[in-house]
Amino acid sequence: MNDLHKNNDHYLNLYNINIKRISENSAPLINSFRKDAIAGFMKTGIPTRRNEAYKYTNLDPWFNHEYKSYFIPDESDFAKAEEFSCDVTDLDVYNLILYNGFYLTNNGNISELPGGIQISSLKEAAKESEDLIVKHYGQYLNGNNDGLVHLNTAMATDGVFIYIPEGITLDKPVQVVNLVQADEDMLSQHRNLIIVEKNAGITLIVCDHTLSPKKFLTNAVTEVYVGENAHFDIMRVQNEHNDACKITHTFIHQEKNSRVTSNNITLHGGLVRNNIYHYLNGEGADSNSYGLFLADKWQHVDNYVSVDHVFPNCSSNQLFKGVLDEMATGAFNGKIYVHKDAQKTMAYQRNNNILLTDDAKMDTRPQLEIYADDVKCSHGATVGRLDDDALFYMQSRGINKRDALLMLMFGFAHEVIRNIKVKALEERMDTLVMQRLKGELTQCALCKVRCPKI
Amino acid sequence: MKDNRNNTIMLIIKDLKAAVGGKTILKGISIEVKPGEIHAIMGPNGSGKSTLAAVIAGREFVEVTEGTVTYEGRNLLDMAPEDRAKEGIFLGFQYPIEIPGVSMVNFMKTAVNEQRKHKGLEPLSASEFLKLMSEKKELVEINSALANRSVNEGFSGGEKKKNEIFQMSLLEPKLAILDETDSGLDIDALRIVANGVNMLKRADNATIVITHYQRLLDYIIPDVVHVLYDGRIVKTAGKELAIELEAKGYDWIKQSVEKNKPS
Repeated sequence: MNDLHKNNDHYLNLYNINIKRISENSAPLINSFRKDAIAGFMKTGIPTRRNEAYKYTNLDPWFNHEYKSYFIPDESDFAKAEEFSCDVTDLDVYNLILYNGFYLTNNGNISELPGGIQISSLKEAAKESEDLIVKHYGQYLNGNNDGLVHLNTAMATDGVFIYIPEGITLDKPVQVVNLVQADEDMLSQHRNLIIVEKNAGITLIVCDHTLSPKKFLTNAVTEVYVGENAHFDIMRVQNEHNDACKITHTFIHQEKNSRVTSNNITLHGGLVRNNIYHYLNGEGADSNSYGLFLADKWQHVDNYVSVDHVFPNCSSNQLFKGVLDEMATGAFNGKIYVHKDAQKTMAYQRNNNILLTDDAKMDTRPQLEIYADDVKCSHGATVGRLDDDALFYMQSRGINKRDALLMLMFGFAHEVIRNIKVKALEERMDTLVMQRLKGELTQCALCKVRCPKI
Repeated sequence: MKDNRNNTIMLIIKDLKAAVGGKTILKGISIEVKPGEIHAIMGPNGSGKSTLAAVIAGREFVEVTEGTVTYEGRNLLDMAPEDRAKEGIFLGFQYPIEIPGVSMVNFMKTAVNEQRKHKGLEPLSASEFLKLMSEKKELVEINSALANRSVNEGFSGGEKKKNEIFQMSLLEPKLAILDETDSGLDIDALRIVANGVNMLKRADNATIVITHYQRLLDYIIPDVVHVLYDGRIVKTAGKELAIELEAKGYDWIKQSVEKNKPS
């Protein structure tokens, strides 16, 4: 309890000491949210295990630590990031980098986009296109009372802003590479806003990386608006080192007949907590939330997914799978909330996990709250071992045990990967997952960034 | 001279006793199989037929308590299941396993190339393998679509059994053990499975057909028929034994065994 107060006071102090600097280096619109947010944080604080939503994840070792905070980027840091710029030759994307959560000023290659498409720094966009952003910024949190979302709103200044105007579908995916690098232990918080207007579409790839062997804590919020009949595909690849804690909050707001697919693939990281909120705010909206994580050593991966069915005739599907080796632990919480007018809802959820050792541990919890009477909902969860019969079957054909185990794990994982719509990306992920399962993942082929192993 | 003759026997099972979960299932079995032979092992349910197949293939849940199994002059019981397969032993499963997420192509390509590697052969390229696969598919009349799916996933009972024969045709084993491959098959599927076995038959390979019913033996003519009852071979004869069993059922075997039991 004392530690808890100490933690909360520490982050409150951090705010109080730095708010002037933060505000000066930020946009007025974003600043206008800070006061309420820090008040919200004072009430809620850093989530503890007493909080139902964080029952299986202990954040204390990560928050009870002195970090350098990084509020204002240094241009010289951006130069460092340039060395790491992605060199993806066979995956044709619009590529941009967030360095410690800040949009690189030299992400210049995507400034010239046709048809009113904008991809830029949120900070700059909030100054230059305030009337566009004011309609969306902070509007999709739906009364979320997670202290970490409050903390992000109170202190974040920059991130990615993407705007796809009505009727436009971006011709190739946008790839956002999150690079975290510092000479000291560091806390960073960034904020993304993505607006996909009516009948528009975009595929987004997000890669999370750490580049220096320091302790890192990242707390990131992304808000996404998907307009009527629009589509949004997001694919996230997390590949951070064991001394990194990554907490993401993604709020996806969907209008009528929109389609969303989210793929969250966690390859590596000390502690990873993904909060993914799907809000279906119009008839005929369709949401798919997929996730895969591979954890070993002392890693902990927690996926918290929530789907809100507000209108009738919407469909949603959650599929999350995990492979846990050594002492790794994991959690899955899948919530389906069907509001009373959301008749003819179809909502499915499945969570399957494989424990490779006796020490690995997984907690899984479905949470269904259904207030409409004409719905189809199902959920299922398993925590088990690799199928001995399948293993023997493969061995009996002459496949070595090690290879058979790998093939089984890969087959298990592929059920998630096969939902990636960009073929080249699916193949890339297959390769990465195989490397990870073999214990050979030292480099993310997607980014060509060398991540130091800790 | 004696050694020489022994070497021409492919499989020698001698006084084999085995237990599952502490319960003795096989109570002393001796069988010799020579290249070119087809043996049928028949017997009522629960007599130990599948346990015998499991011992030869190397399932860990069966504990061999006594006896030896010698395959081509080597102690088979010391070999890992995958090594037995590489040395040419194939088990056709009574209940083939579904493996979601592992494609038939990837599964069999890995298996074939593992075995080629073991023999010192170059691995087949993807296109060579696909060519081989389409040749063999015709042999067992297996639907092309099935070969593109995950291993046995969503296959019907008959398709799973045909798939076993398909795998056998790709691996060309020296010793195939078909465990109740006929169970649950309609007459067309039975004919296809039997055809596959007969077409794969060579002078230098052998087959052990484990079955409850005689009907598969209308299509696959055995050289030797063994009757297994209560963990022992109680009768060994030529193909006419199968016909006799079909006509008279297993009761007369049971009765004669019980009668001869030392009291």
